[in-house]
This record gives sequence, structure tokens and C-alpha cells, in this order.
Amino acid sequence: MNTREPLVLGIETSCDETGVGIVRGDALLANVIASSMEEHARYGGVVPEVAARAHLEALGPTIRAALAEASVDLDDLDAVAVTSGPGLAGALMVGVGAAKALAISKGLPIYAVNHLVGHVGADLLDSADPLETPTVALLVSGGHTSLLLVRDLVSDVELLGETIDDAAGEAFDKVARVLGLPYPGGPEIDRAAMGGDPDAIRFPRGLTRPKDLVAHRWDFSFSGLKTAVARWVEQREAAGEAVPMADVAASFREAVVDVLVSKAIDACTELGVPRLLLGGGVIANARLREVASERADASGIALRIPPLSLCTDNGAMIAALGAQLVMAGHAPSGLGFGADSTLPVTEIQVD
Amino acid sequence: MLLAIDTSTGTSVAVVDRDRATHELRTLAEVGTDDTMRHAEVIGGFIRDALAEAGVEPARLSGVAGGMGPGPFTGLRVGIAAAHAFALGIDRPFVPVPSHDAIAWSRYTAGDEGPLQVVTDARRREYAISEYDGLDADGLPVRRSGPGLVPRDALPEPRGLRFEAAVVSAAAVGALAELAFAARRLPLTGDAPLYLRAPDVTPSAGKRVLR
Ligand SMILES: [Zn+2]
Repeated sequence: MNTREPLVLGIETSCDETGVGIVRGDALLANVIASSMEEHARYGGVVPEVAARAHLEALGPTIRAALAEASVDLDDLDAVAVTSGPGLAGALMVGVGAAKALAISKGLPIYAVNHLVGHVGADLLDSADPLETPTVALLVSGGHTSLLLVRDLVSDVELLGETIDDAAGEAFDKVARVLGLPYPGGPEIDRAAMGGDPDAIRFPRGLTRPKDLVAHRWDFSFSGLKTAVARWVEQREAAGEAVPMADVAASFREAVVDVLVSKAIDACTELGVPRLLLGGGVIANARLREVASERADASGIALRIPPLSLCTDNGAMIAALGAQLVMAGHAPSGLGFGADSTLPVTEIQVD
Repeated sequence: MLLAIDTSTGTSVAVVDRDRATHELRTLAEVGTDDTMRHAEVIGGFIRDALAEAGVEPARLSGVAGGMGPGPFTGLRVGIAAAHAFALGIDRPFVPVPSHDAIAWSRYTAGDEGPLQVVTDARRREYAISEYDGLDADGLPVRRSGPGLVPRDALPEPRGLRFEAAVVSAAAVGALAELAFAARRLPLTGDAPLYLRAPDVTPSAGKRVLR
């Protein structure tokens, strides 16, 4: 096996994106994603059984498309990497079953990796200056909202905090529904917020009161915010008043962005880590990137944001982490690992 | 020579071959478990072990047969995903086989005769059911009806024998694929799993989120 610049194919099926990526060392060769998002739209959120069925249909064609995009053959591969967790169990199992069989059919080593750490690994691909550690990482999507301290990508990642109820992306979806907007909510809220005043309504910032900061210093909570928006809107409607859509959307978004960025910047400051990395699909939100960049600048923190195609769930980030493990000399995983829907972030690779 | 995988009940992996001269079907290896919870964990080791026991390199296989269910979806998909990916890896065809057909074939080749009702657990107080009328001239089971779902308390009286299966043999899945290939009777079923149920969804609760 080429352990200096290994050619690795990564398979990601933890949520609603079937992702297959191919990397050579830290060079990105292919990143193909088949999304079942449209099928979930009518349900207003990701339906696990619909996602798992879609993965099974999409996986073969997606692997073929990735090989074509990278102009490589399965015979050229040095290793296969796959997401073992966290994520939707039934969805993960499709990728795990396929990855194991593919690896055996080609006599290749397999690396079972952590999805969240994969989001951090995405930053290594095709980047001009290498990722420096330690770094704080804020990962925000429809499935997770996590704050990590990454001391070493392949050997030392700590969970600082995470959401105790809804993921931030879920909050966008649910509030979009309150406002009568379609799924997925992120881009819809963004559109609705255009021209709105982010300070018009002071919506609550979850887990930021002094007593919350004791037990949940780095955790997030968005379900109270969602309820507050719903109550505010329903009170206006009950009173027969018009709902100022743009102001509600902008104020809600500001509450989410404020609490995400505040806790991430505070973590950098308190832990003395002058580096912050963003990842996850919600990073596509322009307001989040804007506020993060302003406050990082003001605090002297270096901010890194991978290209958006590598922020959303994808197979390239899984391949990237797999390649890092190979290059660091880690032994492959055995064949006995399964899908772990709650895989802790400290388990970067599953044996 | 085929690799065969079925995860519609437990997990079963086999290597089968059909002698071109004598037409004899042989099971070179078969490994499995009736554990219905650990498909993703065991599938890789079973494939490796079956190939090792048969002494066969992946490149020597001519295809991969996969049991398409019916069966509990989460486990069923693991085997189909693995069979698809293995076939892709060796660049050979994937051959879908109805899992109930494999059960019926196993019974008939073990000596059962006449009408046969095959039932398997479909969860949610339902059975998956198929009815057969023996083997045809090519040695393939004649499916008269099914697979379909019936409530557990409304299982129709069998016209002959009834067999409730807790395991599906991948060797039988592979044997059917070999027989159907030799008789030019492929495909035996479509590429989609035999789910028999629409996905279970919780429809959008609508605009109001306050109760
Ligand atoms: Zn993710």
C-alpha cells in the first residue's frame, strides 16, 4: 500500500446524502453526492426509512460516478473508508455493508471512521496552507451541532459541547414551517430574512444564562427558540396583526448565529486556541459566515471554512480522514464494526 | 461460480457452483447466523470466511446473487448493499433472487412435495407469505402467489404444507441464480428489494407547532 499518498475511496451514508469521494493523500480527486432531500421535502424533515432506501439505490451509481470523475480504477485504490457513525443507524448500515464487501472484493484495507471528525478532515483537502492544531471546530448541520477541540486529527479529538435538543439545521426547518416556508428551511429563512431587521425581535439565546453556563458551558439548545418564534407568530396572528416575515426570519437567524458564534469564539478564547474551523451544511448560511468572520477578526482568531461542497455531508471528507489515518500509520479497522448512531467523537476510528 | 448473500432473516453467505458437464450444484462454503440484529457487523467476516473456506479468489467468481427479501428492511438492505458492492468490485453481474423462492427450493429439494405455503416474520403482527406448486422442469420453484403480507391472525389455510422459515440459506439463493442462469430464465425478480410496505413516515405536522 502507498502510505505516503494513499488513494482512498470514502463512503458516507449517515443522513440523507449518499456521498462517495476519492482522495490521493490530501488531494481531492472526486466528490460525488446523491441527495434524497427532495423526497424528504414533503415530510418537512429527513425520514430515516426514505433515506435508507435512497442510499441503497444511489450507492452503486455514485461509486461509479466518483471513479469516473477521479479517472481511477478500483484496482488503483489503496484503501476504503466508511462512516461508522454517528448518524441514522439504518442509513449508516447501507454504507457499512457496501464498504466491507467492496474492500473484500478488492483485497483492500478498510477504515471505519467518525463522521464528525470527517467534517474537520474535509479542511485538509486541496488547502493552500495546512490545518494547524490545536483548533476549535464548530460543526453545524441538520443532524448535529457540535463544538470540538481538535488537538490531533487522527488521535486526539475532544467534544466540548453539543446540542441538547434540536440541531441548528433542524431549528431552521421547524421555524420555516412555522412561517409557512418549505423544507429545507435554511435557504428559505435566508431568503425571507432579506431586508429584515435582525434586532427587531429579541428571541432567546439558548443556554447562555449564567446558571446554564455552569452545567452547559459549551452546549447548545434550540428547541426553546423555535417555540418562542412560534409563540410570537401565533400571538400576532391571534391578534389579527400582520406578521413581519422579514423581521421574524432575520431575528430568528440572528439568535441562532449569535449563540453559535459566541460559544465558538468563547471556546477559542478561554482555551487559548486562536483557531476556529467551521463545518457542516448550515455553514452555507451567509450570515453565519459573516458574523463568524467579523468576531474571529475582532478576537484575533484565524477562521477556516472549507469550500461549501466539502461542508455538507460528503464522501470526500471520509476519504480524507481515512487517508490521514493511513499516512499516520494506523492499522486498518477489522471487519466486525457496525453502525453506531451515537459514536462518540473521541472514537476517530472504530476498530 | 457465485457468491450468494441473504440477510432477509439472519445473515447467510455462501459460495456455490454448477458443474457445466454434470449440471451438479455444489455448495463450496456456507456460513451464517440466525441473529437478526447484527447484519452490518457480521457481513464482512462471513464473506471473507466463505471465500476462504471455498478457497476462491474474488476474481474467479462469475457473479453475486442477493436475496431480495421480503424481510425486515434494515437488515435486508445490508446484504443487498454488500452484494451490489461486491459485484461492482469484481465487475460481474448482480443477480437478484426472491428470498421466499430460496426457502421453497430448499424444502422441495429436501423432499417436500405438492403445494407449499412459505411464511416469514414481517414484524408489526404480520407475516410475509408466498405459495408454491413444486419445482418446474428447470428445477425452479413455481410461485403461485406472493410474496405478500397478511395479518398474523388471518393467515390463510395452506392448500398443502406450510413452512415458517426463520433462516434463509444463501446457498439456496445462489443455487436458484445458477439454475436460472443455465435455463436462461434471468432475471428472477427486479433490482428493488421486496419491501412490500411503503416507507414508514411521520407526515409533516403542519404549521402549528404549539399544542
Ligand atoms: Zn454531517
